[in-house]
Amino acid sequence: MNEAFARVPELLAEHVLLSLSALLFALLIAAPLAIAAARRPRLATAALGFASLVQTIPSLALLALFFPLLLWLGGGRLPALGFLPSLLALTLYALLPLLRNGVAALRGIDPAVIEAADAVGMTRAQRLRLVEAPLAAPVAIAGLRTAAVWTIGAATLSTTVGQPGLGDLIFAGLQTQSWPLVLAGCVAAAGLALAVDALMGLAERGIATRRRRLWLGALALLGGGLVASTSPLWWRPSDGGGRPLITVGAKNFGEQYILARLIGQRLERAGYRVRYREGLGSAVIFGAVASGAVDVYVDYAGTIWTNAMQRRDVPERGVMLRSIAAWTAHNHRVRMLGALGFENAYAFAMQPGTARTRGIATLADLAARSPTMRLGSDLEFLERPEWAAVRRAYPMRFAAATPYSPTFMYRALASGRADVITAFSSDGRIAAERLTVLTDPRHAIPGYDAILLVAPGRAKDARFTQALAPLVGRIPVAAMREANLLVDREADKQSPDAAARWLAAKLGL
Amino acid sequence: MEPPALAWDRVVKRYGAVAAVDGVSLAVASGSFVALVGTSGSGKSTLLKMANRLIDPDEGRVLLDGRDVTGEPAPTLRRRIGYVFQHIGLFPHLDVARNIAIGPRVAGRPTPDIHRLLDLVELPRELAGRMPAELSGGQRQRVGIARALAQDTKLLLMDEAFGALDPVTRDALGRRLRALHDELALTTILVTHDMAEALLLATRVVVMRAGRIVADETPAALMAGGGGDAAQALVAVPRAQAEQLAAMAHR
Repeated sequence: MNEAFARVPELLAEHVLLSLSALLFALLIAAPLAIAAARRPRLATAALGFASLVQTIPSLALLALFFPLLLWLGGGRLPALGFLPSLLALTLYALLPLLRNGVAALRGIDPAVIEAADAVGMTRAQRLRLVEAPLAAPVAIAGLRTAAVWTIGAATLSTTVGQPGLGDLIFAGLQTQSWPLVLAGCVAAAGLALAVDALMGLAERGIATRRRRLWLGALALLGGGLVASTSPLWWRPSDGGGRPLITVGAKNFGEQYILARLIGQRLERAGYRVRYREGLGSAVIFGAVASGAVDVYVDYAGTIWTNAMQRRDVPERGVMLRSIAAWTAHNHRVRMLGALGFENAYAFAMQPGTARTRGIATLADLAARSPTMRLGSDLEFLERPEWAAVRRAYPMRFAAATPYSPTFMYRALASGRADVITAFSSDGRIAAERLTVLTDPRHAIPGYDAILLVAPGRAKDARFTQALAPLVGRIPVAAMREANLLVDREADKQSPDAAARWLAAKLGL
Repeated sequence: MEPPALAWDRVVKRYGAVAAVDGVSLAVASGSFVALVGTSGSGKSTLLKMANRLIDPDEGRVLLDGRDVTGEPAPTLRRRIGYVFQHIGLFPHLDVARNIAIGPRVAGRPTPDIHRLLDLVELPRELAGRMPAELSGGQRQRVGIARALAQDTKLLLMDEAFGALDPVTRDALGRRLRALHDELALTTILVTHDMAEALLLATRVVVMRAGRIVADETPAALMAGGGGDAAQALVAVPRAQAEQLAAMAHR
């Protein structure tokens, strides 16, 4: 538990910095817009309509949408991962409460007061400063409070686009079922939101009741708290001393966390500074390495083949790997350092008892029985080309198909909520839970060799590639399964970092 | 010859197809107390608000001391005109003293003598620190008048200023206004729909109907039957009321 909370201060600092920046940015846009819109009904309708529309986009999707948008707009010069997309998405998200309350606050001012302000000879600026701003403040601040709470909550999702924050703890904890991590992330995020809300509430009351000391005190406390909480960022020890900083990427499941640490540990020994961007979506991460936002990560041959390359054929493994290496180098200047030696393919798995009684051993058998069965998949599979390929080869139609995050997918199978799941062949739980893996006689599912991909900027760095070259071809699937189980199992759970050390020791790396 | 304190020169204001003010010319001599009387929608308030440019005319000019009011920015013009209106519009977040001092403050002039201004409108001095919400309606309108008097002005515009007050307060405040007009040598223009109020307070009564001036007489001339049918229709109401009340007293 203490270990989980030890990561909080630095992530909290990042979280606060991101939320605060987004809020200030949104305020900078919303304040003049609300002032302009308050007396122009058509502008108000348009601005509020836009803000409401943004609000209907799920925040996770909004964050992900900025990735291709920034790539397209910036042509590679804008950072498409990390702070910028998170800032933009959260800013858009915070606009609605700010605009709505701002416009309502200004419209709520008695027209007689406005007429009096004009009649005594106030200029527009004087009217705004002396009359409209103080009278609109309580309602406007209520909007700011709502926006602050929303932004702090939604900022946990910025993990998925590679921006560190308290979401790192929550996502990593959910994937590896380490509840202390989830709890630490949630408690810290909720505590932050509650504290900010309470202090702003105090300031609001101070302004409404014209108690200067109350609102000045609350604002001072708020400002002091924000500075203190972000201090890990200003005081970050300069242990780097000019050592190059490497960003290691990871998708959102245990094996990826372990491999990222394995890579990171080797790079640190080779004299690099290392930071991790974990929990990235499959759709985002290849673009991240191509743009240099991530320097190195592990992907799977079949994923690049079907998603990035949009191929439908399924060649032999060696052929596929050579084509992928050529394609990434030619189209994205991304270097494929090599395959690690194990495969993590999609594997349809069932409880052995169910498979036996229903007589299912292959995907063809499964297709025939599918109308009476329920499929549990990971969060991406049903949208992936592999699923389309499977259905082309084995026309199947399930009674229900439900996506789960990986750990919950295994639970769904164990509890009988799902009859068959799209497991991963390197997952330790297949062996540990003695699941039956269905065979693929028509070769619909491509090979999923784990491959090391290196960003263009590091492709020719000899020290870098030499540090990682020993990993190529060295990790057998049995060892990977064992390491995965260390992280994924319920009892005596290990951290990905510990599992990576265990794996390195076991393989003599 | 000294120019009129305020003059409207063939002003027109249209709202859609309707002309609220339809070609009005009127000159107000310095020191006079003019009542602008008419029913709702006669255009009297629109005409008044052209003087401090809360409304700009579509055609024609308005002259203050002989100079076109559009010759300077509206805020600087308004700082030289006192304006009091029915809804008062006290600033709810400022106390009485700050409300009264707001005009000089935005004009960058020194803070006026709040106690003297409170005395002028017959309010106790200890009210200076109160918030508007703590005052009665009559007290609020007295503060409104004090705020107008704090302006650097001899011109006072009153737009239905007593319309929302009870009759007793209304009568007292009307008398006070008339006294102030004389003491401070003001030029006062009072917009009202109440002919009795106009007759009792003003030195000159201008009657408007449908955006035009239909009568321009002294109170005595109106009481003597002058000013035409429209004016006499308005005079008839308070006269009949007065006669009924007098008859009751003699019964």
